[in-house]
Amino acid sequence: MLASIVNPLILGISIGSILLISALGLAVIYGAAGVINMAHGEFIMLGAYSTYTLQSTMGMPFLLCIPCAFFIVGIIGFVIERNLICYLYNRPLDTLLATWGVSLVLMQSSRLIFGSDVKYIAMPEFLSTNLELGILNFSTFRLFLIAVALILLFITWFIFYRTRLGIKIRAVTQNKEMAASFGINAAQVYSITFAFGAGLAGAAGAMFGALSIVLPTMGMHYVVEAFLMVVTGGGSILGTVFASTLAGEIQSIFAFIFNDTMARGLLFILIVVLLRFRPQGLLSTGSGRR
Amino acid sequence: MSFTRRKFLNTAALSSLALAAPNLWLPGAQAATSLKADSPIKVGLLFSLTGSLAVPEEDSTLVMQYAIDEINAAGGVKGMPIEPVIVDAKSDFKVYSAKTKEMILRDKVISIFGCYTSASRKAILPTVMQQDNLLFYPTCYEGAECTQNCIGTGPLANQHSFDLIPFMVDNFGPKVFFVGSNYVWPKESNKNAKVWLERSGGELLGEEYIPLGSSEFGPVIEKIRAAKPDFIFSTVVGASDIAFHRQFKQAGLKVDKMPIASLTTGEIETAAMGAEYGAGHFLSAPYFQTIETPTNEKFVDGFLSSPYGKNGYTHYNMEETYLSAYVFKNALEKAIDMHGVTDVTPRKIRDAAAGVKVEADVSPEGLVWIDGDNFNTWLKPKIGQCQADGSFKVIKEAADHVAPDPFSIYPDSGKCTADGLLGLDGKLKVDLI
Repeated sequence: MLASIVNPLILGISIGSILLISALGLAVIYGAAGVINMAHGEFIMLGAYSTYTLQSTMGMPFLLCIPCAFFIVGIIGFVIERNLICYLYNRPLDTLLATWGVSLVLMQSSRLIFGSDVKYIAMPEFLSTNLELGILNFSTFRLFLIAVALILLFITWFIFYRTRLGIKIRAVTQNKEMAASFGINAAQVYSITFAFGAGLAGAAGAMFGALSIVLPTMGMHYVVEAFLMVVTGGGSILGTVFASTLAGEIQSIFAFIFNDTMARGLLFILIVVLLRFRPQGLLSTGSGRR
Repeated sequence: MSFTRRKFLNTAALSSLALAAPNLWLPGAQAATSLKADSPIKVGLLFSLTGSLAVPEEDSTLVMQYAIDEINAAGGVKGMPIEPVIVDAKSDFKVYSAKTKEMILRDKVISIFGCYTSASRKAILPTVMQQDNLLFYPTCYEGAECTQNCIGTGPLANQHSFDLIPFMVDNFGPKVFFVGSNYVWPKESNKNAKVWLERSGGELLGEEYIPLGSSEFGPVIEKIRAAKPDFIFSTVVGASDIAFHRQFKQAGLKVDKMPIASLTTGEIETAAMGAEYGAGHFLSAPYFQTIETPTNEKFVDGFLSSPYGKNGYTHYNMEETYLSAYVFKNALEKAIDMHGVTDVTPRKIRDAAAGVKVEADVSPEGLVWIDGDNFNTWLKPKIGQCQADGSFKVIKEAADHVAPDPFSIYPDSGKCTADGLLGLDGKLKVDLI
């Protein structure tokens, strides 16, 4: 009996951690640079393909692939920001369309390069087993996902609150013109933030490729959930953490009480109701800029 | 008279309308295409080469091209070569139905080979029926349709679970858990499976559906763990299927204690998930790449060494598609013998297909034939178990051919005949989808 209560709760945290991993990069880019990045799902897809390529051509171990995917997709994000997004910062609607276009280009390019057949990412043996502690039962890969979510969150927190770069990012986020007048290179800060957000999506892709499948269209599925989490959370990173954990728990508990189809439906209804009465999301940043 | 740009545009628009008009206003029956003597026979290949359905459907296009090349190399159909019109349906149901119209009206194809999902089939069938053309639907589906314009070469739901459920109950125990993707085919297949489960004395512990494309199986696997079934019956398709098998192993469920019996997890899926995740599970299908017959060896070797075999496997969906080309060839030859080349219409090919056989020296899965009432295929379902290398070992084959029965779980709807669905009240319903 105890197991049937505790197992769904732990599973909820695990679902929440997957949602968080997929939403974190989006929250960084939206929260700090104010860009609604429709290409987020394709950054995730690029992360998965980077991992696949590194693994199949160089035989790189899976754990090492995650940081590599972070840097590869980060660099791609940087290039896209420098050549496209940076011209569109004061035009949010154009950014939305431009990033959507980028997402289509990335999807078709990866299809041209890798073909449309499915690829798979091999995982180390210890991640494809489970752990039994008395009545409790954990999949090690799910525990690993929770750990990765915490590590990525910690890195983000560290950069934002414990480095000079973080001070600059927060200053630009609060007031770009004021920060610029104090000698902060706002354009450079935006580029780095965008690249960092893209890198986080790349790391997410490495994980999701291992969780299910590597396909040019895989990103479309994650981007919707990621957007929901960011919007529900109110656009901030902390809000996204709360929204993801809560959504994961709600889905897991409802799925346990009713069934999975019902749980997903109820979750979406709850989000709509929440946004009806609290359009600013769970935690409002209260930023004057938006 | 000065011919201004505007005037030119007007004239151009009008004249193009006039040119298009004969096609637009022709009544359906007259639009039905017929053949010309000694010219290529045009057929349409309507599969998705891009988008989420591209994984199985690109293979379908490739294997059709292979089959057509093979037929043409052997002299075509009565000396006339088959010419495929290849389009990309882009995994979009609107494109499926637009391309269907285009192929029938503009390209004048005599038959269409296409679709992989019931959703796309239901999207194009109204057009095919209105134009009185012919659709070869080359994969498994749920049945419950009775049209006069469709030939199915894959197993129906009644042929699929007919053997699999009793086999699993006998070998692993009576308690089963159903997991499926959330759309029409899994739900109808599960209704069928329940009938067979009841007959073999099994017990259904739970039934869960996952949205198409979702990869989160955590809650479902927790429920399965709590329910402790003897086996799992899966109708999960596509990317979700791969996620399901991976998370099954990652959650510590054991394949020897609780195997997954699937209707879809074949050679493509196990290659994509990694053989270690597929090993030990079961699949019901009429065809496996490892079937040891000279015909199949010839098919596998020939296909893989051809320019179309780049993906490196053959599987049930491809074999059913390959068969559809030969059903077409044999039915067309019969129709030409009966009516003469210039009088052959798609509908006459369909009527001639009744009882048409694809012999064991052509069909990789062994002899099959088309039912004369509902125009689906008599075949022998087989059960395969996935091995450590990702290939399947056939462990049980039906003793006799199993009849396709599209309305097996709806006996009250009546019987599907060549002219339409004959209700119990004696009324005939045509074009039922």
